[in-house]
Parts: sequence; C-alpha cells; structure tokens
Amino acid sequence: MKAFLMHGDEDFDLQRGLPPNEGALTQDLELNTLFNAMALGDKFLFDVGRRAVLSTLTDSEAIVYRQHVLADCLEQSSIVREIYEIAVEAIQGEKKIWGVFVSSPDTTLNRSLQVLELFVGFLKRLRKIADEHTEKFRSEGFVRFFAMLAKELDDGYFETVEDHLRELRFRRGVLISAQLGKGNKGIHYVLRRPREQSWMERISPKTRSGYSFQISDRDENGFHALSELRGKGINLVANALAQSADHILSFFIMLRTELGFYIGCLNLHGRLAEKGEPTCFPVPLARGQAALSAQGLYDVCLTLNLEERVVGNDVNAENKWLGMITGANQGGKSTFLRGVGLAQLTMQCGMFVAAESFSANVCDGIFTHYKREEDATMKSGKLDEELSRMSDIADKITPNCMLLCNESFAATNEREGSEIARQVVRALIEAGIKVFFVTHLFDLAQGFYLQELDTALFLRAERQPDGRRTFRLVEGEPLPTSYGEDSYWRIFGTAPDAAPAAVADMRP
Amino acid sequence: MRSPSILFDRPDSNVDTDVREEPSSFADLNVDQVLESMIASREEYDLNPFFYAPLHDVAAVRYRHEVLRDLEKNAVFESIRAFTHKIWAMREHLARAEKLHYTYQKESWFLDAVEIYCDAVSSLAEELTLLEVTSRGFQAFREYLADYTASDGFKSLAAETHKLKDDLARVKYCVHIRGNRVKVSKYDGEADYSVDVEKTFAKFKQGAVKDYRVKLPDWPDMNHVEARLLDLVARLYPDVFLTLDKYCARHRNYLAKTIGNFDHEVQFYLAYLEYIERFKSAGLPFCYPHVSARSKEVYAYEAFDLALANKLVPERSAVVCNDFFLKDPERIFVVTGPNQGGKTTFARMFGQLHYLASLGYPVPGRKARLFLPDRVFTHFEKEEDLATLRGKLEDELVRLHDILQQATSNSILIMNESFTSTTLRDALVLGTEVIKQIIKLDSLCVCVTFVDELASLSETTVSIVSTVVPDTPAVRTYKIVRKPADGLAYAAAIAQKCGLTYESLRRRIAP
Repeated sequence: MKAFLMHGDEDFDLQRGLPPNEGALTQDLELNTLFNAMALGDKFLFDVGRRAVLSTLTDSEAIVYRQHVLADCLEQSSIVREIYEIAVEAIQGEKKIWGVFVSSPDTTLNRSLQVLELFVGFLKRLRKIADEHTEKFRSEGFVRFFAMLAKELDDGYFETVEDHLRELRFRRGVLISAQLGKGNKGIHYVLRRPREQSWMERISPKTRSGYSFQISDRDENGFHALSELRGKGINLVANALAQSADHILSFFIMLRTELGFYIGCLNLHGRLAEKGEPTCFPVPLARGQAALSAQGLYDVCLTLNLEERVVGNDVNAENKWLGMITGANQGGKSTFLRGVGLAQLTMQCGMFVAAESFSANVCDGIFTHYKREEDATMKSGKLDEELSRMSDIADKITPNCMLLCNESFAATNEREGSEIARQVVRALIEAGIKVFFVTHLFDLAQGFYLQELDTALFLRAERQPDGRRTFRLVEGEPLPTSYGEDSYWRIFGTAPDAAPAAVADMRP
Repeated sequence: MRSPSILFDRPDSNVDTDVREEPSSFADLNVDQVLESMIASREEYDLNPFFYAPLHDVAAVRYRHEVLRDLEKNAVFESIRAFTHKIWAMREHLARAEKLHYTYQKESWFLDAVEIYCDAVSSLAEELTLLEVTSRGFQAFREYLADYTASDGFKSLAAETHKLKDDLARVKYCVHIRGNRVKVSKYDGEADYSVDVEKTFAKFKQGAVKDYRVKLPDWPDMNHVEARLLDLVARLYPDVFLTLDKYCARHRNYLAKTIGNFDHEVQFYLAYLEYIERFKSAGLPFCYPHVSARSKEVYAYEAFDLALANKLVPERSAVVCNDFFLKDPERIFVVTGPNQGGKTTFARMFGQLHYLASLGYPVPGRKARLFLPDRVFTHFEKEEDLATLRGKLEDELVRLHDILQQATSNSILIMNESFTSTTLRDALVLGTEVIKQIIKLDSLCVCVTFVDELASLSETTVSIVSTVVPDTPAVRTYKIVRKPADGLAYAAAIAQKCGLTYESLRRRIAP
C-alpha cells in the first residue's frame, strides 16, 4: 500500500540527497523564511517542506499532479488535516509501546501484537474517512488513495488480521517442525498450524503417534532450554509480524510525509490569504524553450517579513535567455531576482506561486551566484572566492538550468569584472542556461544592450525624479549610474562633491 | 601402495626436518619476517622445520620447482587449496566430535568429518586426472590417489557415508510445546504458519525493513532437553540411528597416512605462492632461479628485498629493484654510498635470494642464477650484550672469528657495517684482514661498509655504490650500481631536505 500523493507512481523520498547547491539556494533566496511559514514551528513539516521545495520536479505532468492534489487540499482542508492527524497519532502511538533491550522471539512477538492491534484501529479510521468523503475529492492522487483504502482494507481483511492476532497468542501451545542438522541438532524450525480435526488427538497424552516428556517443576535449566526451543519455533513468525508492523508504520510515515508537504502549503497559503496577497497555480511550460511571464510577481519571503503588502512586478520574458537588471540602489532589484527564483522553485515543487499569474518553462536546476559579504579583507581573495564558486557551479550546471546572479564579479574593478562576467554570461546563455543578472557593472550591461540581442531582456529598477523608489522594474536601457548619491545624500545629509548638478537640482 | 612425498624427490632423503631452531641468519636477513607473514594463517601446520632445512642438492631443488610450476597453474592451485580447506574442516569436525557429550551428536560430527574427507579425496583424484600436472611429485600423488579411490575400502566408505547422511536428512519431526509438556511426533504435512502471517501483511510492504530474527544461541553442544528430544526422535526412526552407531564403530581409522602427509607438506608451497601473490599483483617479478652447487657465477635482475616489499606494497610505495652479477673471479660485493641509500637492503636481498633458492622457491626478481650454499652466515651490528662482558668491537670480532671458523668455500657471508665502533684506521685494518681471509676461503660475500678502500682490495672484490639523483642528492634512488667508491658526503643534502641546515635552522628558530 502506497500513498502516492507526491508522485503518481513513486514514494516521496525524504532520504534522497538534496541538490549540491542547496546551501547557496537556501541562503540566497532566504528559503528558511518560506520553510518556517510552511512549518508553523513543526520541525517535521519544516523538513518535509524543505525537501519538497529543494527537490525540484522537472516534468510538467508531475508538477500538475501535485497541483491537483494541492487544489483538493485547499478545498477539503479539514479532512486532509484529519488524515494527517491519524498518521501522526499512529506513529506516536507506536513509539509509546516499549520494546525491550534484550530481545527474544517472545518479546518481539508480544510487542508486534500490541503494535498491530493499535494500527488496526487507525487503519479502520482511515477506511471510515474513505467511506464517507471519497466523493469530495477530484485529484488523481486522492481518488487513487481512497480507492486503495477501500479495496485493500475491506471488512474481510480486518477479520483475517484479527484472527491472526488472536491465534498468535498461542493459547493452545506451539507446534514446530524440525529436521536434523549439524550434530543431529534440530534445524529448519518452522511454526506449524495444527490441523483442526486432529487437534484433540494431538494433545491427548494417550495418542500412539508420538512420544512425550515433561520438564519437572524444579528443572530451571530445562525450562530455559524449552523456552529457547520455543523461541526457535516462533522466531520467524515473530520476525514476520515485527516486519509487518514496521511496514505499516512506514505506510503511516509515508502518509504523514507526503501529506506533510500539503499541510505546509496549507499553512503558507493561510498566511498569504490573511494578508490578502494573491497566489496562483502556475503554468509549467515545456523545458528547452525560454519562457517566463508573470503578473504581480512578488517575493514571498519579503511579504512574510513585512506588515504591509509588497509591490508585485509584471514581467514578460518570452524567449529571453538573459535578463539583465540594473538601476537604482534599493530599487527592488534583489527582491525581484529573489521573486523570480522563488516562483520558479515553488512552481517546480508543485506549489502555488506568489503572483497573480505565472508561467515559465521548467528548468533542470536553479543555481544562484550572489555577492558574498564575508571575507571582505582582501579584494583579490574575494574575487578568487567568487571565481571558485562560479567554477563549482560550472561543474554542476547543465543546459536548461537557470542561474541567478546578484552583483557577481563586483569584487574587482568594473572593466575586469565586466569582462569576466561577459564571458561567463555569454557562455552560459549560449549553452541554453537562463540567466538573470543583477548588476551595477554598467560596462557589462551596456555591452549586452548594444548587441541588440533578441534573447536578452533589460530591466531597470525605477526611480522617480524626486529619488523615490517604486520597487517596480521597467524595461529599459541600462544607465551609467545606480543613483548611489541618493543614499549618500540620505545618510550624510549633503550631496557628494562630484554629484552631477542636474541630479542635485532635483532634490527638494 | 607407494607413499610419495610432494616435498622430497627421494622419500628416504636425509634432510633433517626435526630441526626446531631458527638459523641465526634469519633475523639479520629479515627472513624471519617473511616467514612469519607467510605462515601467519598456517600456525597449526607447524611448517617451520621445512624452512629450517634448505636443500643442498640441485636435483632436490628441481623437484620442488616442478611441483611449484604445476601449482602456479590457477586450476591446480585452486584445486589443491580447496582440498586442504576441506581437510582442515575435517579435522575441525573430528576435534568437535571429541569434545561433545551425547553419543548421537558425537556420531553425527564424526560422520560429517568422514563425508568431508571422502569428498575432498575423490574430488581431488578426479580433478587431478583432468588437470595437466607434469611434476614428478604430482604425478606420483595422482597415481596414488587413483589407486586409493579405486580401492574397495574407500568406495564402500564413501557409499555408506552418503547413504547415512541422506537417511538422517530425511528425518523430519514435529515438536509440540505447551507449558512444560513436550511431545515429539513425525511431521505430517502441517501448514507453515509464518508464511500465512507474512502473506496477510504483504500489502503494506514498503521496502527493506529491519531483520527481527533473534540470533538464538546455537552451541554445537546440546542441552539435556535437546538430548532427550533427540532420543525420542531416534525412537521414531530406530533403523537410521542403529546404522549410525554401527558405522562409527567400524570406521574409526579411516584417514590414510599418505593423504595426511600430502596435506601437511603441500602447505609449504601454498604458503609461499599465496604470500608472493600480493607482490606479483603489484607488478613485481618472480622467477625460478638457475641453481648450482658448484659455480659461483651468480646474477639476479630486478631483484628486491621481500621483507621490505612486504612493508612497502601495502602502503603503495614503490619497491626499487636492483641487478647484480658476479663473474669469473668475482666473489665479494663491497657496498658503499650514502646513508639510507639501500645498502643494507641490498645485502639482505642477496642473502634472502640465496636462502629462498635453497628452499626450492622462486625468488623475487626477473631472472636469476644462484649458488646453493652449505650455509648463509650473517654479521650484523648487534646491541651490546653486557652478559658477554666484552666491548662492542671485541664482541664483533668474536662473532666474526666464529663465522670464519665454520665457513667453507661453499658458504655465503653477509657483513653489514662491521667495525663501526672503532676508528676509520682500525676499521680499515681489521676490514682488510677479514676480507683477505674471505678471499682466501673463496666464499661468496656481501660486505656493506663505510671504508671505501675495501672496495678495491683484489680482483675478487666488486665495488658497488648506492646512488642518488644527480641534481638533488637528498633524493635516494635506492639503486645500487657497479662503480668505484667515491666517498661523496650526502649528509648536508639530507639535512637541507629536513630543514636542518644552518640557514634553515636560523630561520626556523628566529624569533
């Protein structure tokens, strides 16, 4: 029995390794904010959310499969939460049934019997939900799940299981077959089911078909030996039972894990809805063809950290392999870049996207190359560090991936930095990698702009003539200034000496 | 039936295999290390006496070469090794049978021992007829085996054993335990209950889970409950157990002496072949040396020190091979050169090669011609021994004197850094004197020394020198080449490499 709520035909593997760039992605896109909103303080939900978001799906069908399941969850959230609770309770209940340190077949058997009795109760609860609510679910995942419960856990099955659980208490003694092995000691011990008809005959001392003896009451070693023998007989069945208990436990664990992702989505959705932020189910487009269009695209992590709503951006980057983003400092460039990355990531895990609408081609992997603040002591060391990180990325990145660069190669002078970046960017986009590049390197941005590439998009963080930022990005030619003097002015209260007169004049 | 030996061409050969004492040269040549490593897993065979008895006769050496060449064929080796493993298992079974208490148990272990024996012997007999063995040793043994396995005694032993094993394996019974009552009956087709249970829960299978089977104590011994149970089983199947009793009484002395001897002697070969395999697979060469008990024209190409290789190969360090030859009047290698340059290793290697050759083994090297000495004497530096109440130099001289007393023209002498505990002038005088005596003896000799003059004493001495990389003298090549002793000092280079020159010490110790 499989839940199959995350994939149509396979388990969601919580143990599978995360992508190698997981650390950088988490840091650069501030993913922990997202995971925390999904987890609401639950460590398990945090972990599941993290795994799911970082283990990018690269197949549109698989994405849509989850979107449909998620849509059911959003509509029937109380039933979904109830199923989730059953899984959680079953797992916690199992933990409370103590094992013993020195295990013997007997203790293994006893514990397994208790666990199975507990599980039967929870399985019956699941069956009941399936019986009552199947009609309300439409997604392929849930329809299949409920049908499976109805089919596999029918009344007859519960009866058989309970019969076994009774029989395995061995009130009528244990019947074991054996053969002679090494040294004429017994081997191949097999637990046998006594034949019903001949049962009385078998246990009757008068029967002529065998020989018997009795351990005397004072023979402690004898009793010990006898229980060892009995242990050999029930070892296999105890194992089978304990493994069955484990299997059912893993079923519940899988159920909790797979639902955990959707519970996380519900939690996040709740937060955004409360603030009135829009969400949408994105349209994943075929891989290989650069596409990205969005309306009201915003940074979900930023909004989670703010009281007020955040500004969304519209962007149309159809057939664009390069997005070059320049413009005013603190004008929303980084926020936009993060928004793009987050939208891509959340789309590719089957979640909704923080936008009014969003569609993009599916990428094979998302990489980030951000300016790092640490190690600021030596400039050349910093450039080395940046170059080596880029080299690491180059080791791993493949065509049809996406790279987000935030002020890369700013650790050296503009001409050098631009030249390095130019070569990197050209190589990447020609390899079919979609690059979004936030930069103050005018030489770099302008250089690409003058080439008039069809496949490049130039976005500029908007600045009102009075210096105010709108946090919107508009298409436009890169400017040689990022309006750093605005910041200077704000902080020092005066304009820098070399500020162009025209700009200074505009200030109130 | 004749009783052939796989080790000796003439079974009456007067090689004394009762010697228990390790030759004094073993430790100096590190042959003791080689030996220890070789027989580490073969303690029980007590092989040492074979190693203490080198051969002095070319024919005896050839006999072993033939056997070894057969054993170097993979199929033959595997076949023999499988056989010895079985015989080992057989002995384990007999030992176990001795220790057990309950009759039916002892008898079962004994029966198994015989079964293993029969299988070992007949498998080997059959395999040897199919395999190509050309040595006199294996051919004789193959003949013996063919006769033995065709004998009525062996045939009926094997047949009885198999029949009895089958009958016992067919015994199947049921035990019913309820409270303190145990009932034994014949098995009557009752269904497997574990399978039922497993099937019921199969639908939940999610992949691998823990194995909960408890490892139940399974002593070879029986407790009294098991013994009583077995007695009752015996009453359920009386015929089988009566046959078992009779069988054991009749076949007490089933093991043929020749088979036992073969199993013991062949270990001498297996041990070495297994040991050198690790060097061969590291790319190091071995060869069957041409041996002579007369000619002292010896040579070896790409030869190496086996004990050193045993340390280096596991570390994946390179093993440096060396060539040497002595021809016409040449008898004595005088080895000079830098410290840690491989001089002592060369001396040991020379001794080892000759010792291994006189055991009939292939030697570490690509090609070799070696002398069969009557003895190998070594004179290595020793810790001062207070018990002798002599000074170190005097002690050395006493030992040298002993050696020169016993050595013959057929002996090999290995001297390593003798007379270091005196002045250069003394060392020159004493060394010259000793070498002169060895020249007179006409023995083969390697003399490692720091006294360059010894290298050019006569036409019987050959000067060889351990070399360094020309441009960076701190780097040793461990190559020993024929050239005049040049007395170059390499100490400064080593010091620099270790950062111990004056300048580097100043820099390092500087505040």
